[in-house]
Amino acid sequence: MAEPVGRNHMPREWFAAVLVWSAAALVTVTFCWLLGDILWHGLSQISWTFLTAPPRNAGREGGIGPIIVSTALILGVCLGVSLPIGVGTAVLLAEFTTDDSLFGRLTRRSLDMLSGVPSIVFGLFGNAFFCKTLGLGFSILSGGLTLACMVLPILIRSTEEGFRAVPADYRLSAAALGLSRTTTLVHLLLPAAVPGLLVGLMLGVGRAIAETAALIFTSGYVDRMPESLLDSGRALSIHIFDLSMNVPGGDANAYASALVLVALLLAINGTASWLAEHWLHRRIVTI
Amino acid sequence: MIAGAIVLLIVVFLVMEALPALRHVGIARFFTDPSWHPAEGLYDLTPMLWGTLFAMVGSVLIATPLGILSAVFCRYYAPPAVARTYRKLIELLAGIPSVVYGFWGLVVLVPLIGAIHPPGPSLLAGVAILTIMILPTIALMADSSLTNVPQQYVRGAAALGLSRWATIRGVVFPAAKSGLFTGVILETGRAIGETMAILMVCGNVVQTPHSLFDPIRTLTANIALEMAYAVGDHRAALFVSGLVLMAMIAALVGAADWISRGRIYG
Amino acid sequence: MKSSVPTPGTRPWFPLEKRPACCEPTPIIEVEQLSLHYGQKPAFHDVTLSINKGCITALVGPSGCGKTSFLTSLNRLTDLIPGCRLSGRIRLDGLDVLAPHTDVIRLRRRVGMIFQKPNPFPLSIKKNLEFPLREHGIKDREQIGTCIETVLRDVGLWEEVKDRLNSPALALSGGQQQRLCMARALVLSPDVLLMDEPCSALDPLSSGIVEDLLVGLRNRYTVLIVTHNLAQARRIADYAALLWIQNGAGQLIEAGTAKQIFEEPRESLTAAYVSGMRG
Repeated sequence: MAEPVGRNHMPREWFAAVLVWSAAALVTVTFCWLLGDILWHGLSQISWTFLTAPPRNAGREGGIGPIIVSTALILGVCLGVSLPIGVGTAVLLAEFTTDDSLFGRLTRRSLDMLSGVPSIVFGLFGNAFFCKTLGLGFSILSGGLTLACMVLPILIRSTEEGFRAVPADYRLSAAALGLSRTTTLVHLLLPAAVPGLLVGLMLGVGRAIAETAALIFTSGYVDRMPESLLDSGRALSIHIFDLSMNVPGGDANAYASALVLVALLLAINGTASWLAEHWLHRRIVTI
Repeated sequence: MIAGAIVLLIVVFLVMEALPALRHVGIARFFTDPSWHPAEGLYDLTPMLWGTLFAMVGSVLIATPLGILSAVFCRYYAPPAVARTYRKLIELLAGIPSVVYGFWGLVVLVPLIGAIHPPGPSLLAGVAILTIMILPTIALMADSSLTNVPQQYVRGAAALGLSRWATIRGVVFPAAKSGLFTGVILETGRAIGETMAILMVCGNVVQTPHSLFDPIRTLTANIALEMAYAVGDHRAALFVSGLVLMAMIAALVGAADWISRGRIYG
Repeated sequence: MKSSVPTPGTRPWFPLEKRPACCEPTPIIEVEQLSLHYGQKPAFHDVTLSINKGCITALVGPSGCGKTSFLTSLNRLTDLIPGCRLSGRIRLDGLDVLAPHTDVIRLRRRVGMIFQKPNPFPLSIKKNLEFPLREHGIKDREQIGTCIETVLRDVGLWEEVKDRLNSPALALSGGQQQRLCMARALVLSPDVLLMDEPCSALDPLSSGIVEDLLVGLRNRYTVLIVTHNLAQARRIADYAALLWIQNGAGQLIEAGTAKQIFEEPRESLTAAYVSGMRG
């Protein structure tokens, strides 16, 4: 029996290295192309007027002022609804269920399923439920509520992690001091879980702003400044869509709007990552 | 609890709205009618089903190896500074909204494809854009799985004189298998459900594609396009296609679950 | 041109019990003034030691004095740690281990290592042994099968696992996993075996089995074993060396035959350590 004399591993290693570096190069080039393109075409249009003036001529000229307002309002509704529900559910999950109780598992499973539902289906649902059944019609309210459904799983998950990250010692000490469960919750645990909450919030906001399909049938197309929550309003993402698909010659402003949206999202996701790393000491994937 | 309720609510509403079509048209006709022509009462979903399937399969086939290789690059081949920058780039891209990808595809990719083989909007454009969209998340999840591979395996492999690629191929990949798999499944679900970008670059012609350059329409794009003016049975039919989408995703998740349970000790 | 570890191409490969006995006091590894720094912190300083061929050498000393670091520098596993610097000379059978052009992969085939915590790959038992063989050039199925069986018999695992070679290695008990790791190291027919406290993470029963195996290795392989367990060292070692922290880095206090170190130590520190009064 001969001793293993070793084969020449160099060609295979070299081939593997080439493969890996090419993949990385391909990815980098494609993305730089994309980002560069948007930056190049969009930067020239951005100005304070652009950000505050109303759109004219179906959006070919003018700015995106009312659109930003609508987007903010939709976001506001979304968060206003999902925050209390989200935090409540997270508290329930973290405090009153253990990791493998049936209830806990069911809830987590449904949360997973909810995050897998395509956004257009949310749009359908929002249209059927909020617009028709609840009679809200195409409005900022419908849009916000639909988005709340989408954002809920992310918020709940992140807040729950924040709660679970609270060391058991806190609770034990509180119990030893004779504090009631509610007091412990409100004064001790809630503040400690705030980082997780904030991270979830940022992630949720990021997701909500990027949403288009869910809003098309729920918050409408109107690009005027909205007067109330029941008014129809156009979100930034929809504006980009409209300008590129339905408005010939709208490309220039579409580029600029896209730049604004991307910049906004970068800021939000960047903050979420930073918060997570420094407060939660954990890396997150912003999907 | 609330989440479960919402999922249930969604399904219930979809079914309720879809019922008229199911009753008047009957489920079989959704797959056997000669074409999709709601004005004439024809509701064949199959061309769009094919569109969705082809776009999904194409993009997942390309994005998975590229994404995993990117993660391998970051963890094992790149110098630390390069790896950090690359990872930041990928994280940035994971956050870009689909509408922006679709927009770029529309103004840059589609004319490019059109110059090679008219018309521009096509299955190819859809696959390309979808690939670009799901790649960052696959890469990030792969990166996190690779990071979770215990260092002791890598050291053990090094002590045996195993070369870098041999270690990655023979030890790291089997160890990271389940995490990689989960990432791919999640993104496949996303590829099925993507609406806006596909809508913008695929051309939206209802036909079963016979070549990469044929324009197609996916189930999702169909809903988005026709919902605005659909009434009655037509509207209900769109809800039926929504249900079909949910069914596809449920099947995907179920299959993934079943496969991973069987394989977890392999 | 890259130079590589000289391959003893026609050296026959024997299963454990048939190996010729050889405990000639000729050094196979010569270490001269070796120092290791993790960044600015020294791990050990100026160690000069010879490891004799075919013998079991025990490296003893309290925790933190650089024993494991010393071990991992012999097969250049320290290359994997960023910021790690080695200075001095290591010679394996005449080959300069620390030279930049040395083929590290071939080096690590000649110098095998067993870690404190058993670390079989997340593959089947068979794959754990087959993979290194294939990577190092053995392709013939039959040959692989014979190697695997022989080496599993050598570590005493064959009877226990012969019916489930395709089952996952991680399903084995701690002691079995460690023996599998030893088999995995032996399957490449190394010249030297480095062992970093192989029994410390195991329960007493498994520990005993592994120790018996170590005794069986005596005179067949060159073994350098780091151990906390003085009784174990006394039982199995032919040679011994004591490392101790002095001036902030590990230093070699004394080295010699086992009899000398444990019964007639020259240094007072050694005497104190082996009698249990210090460390």
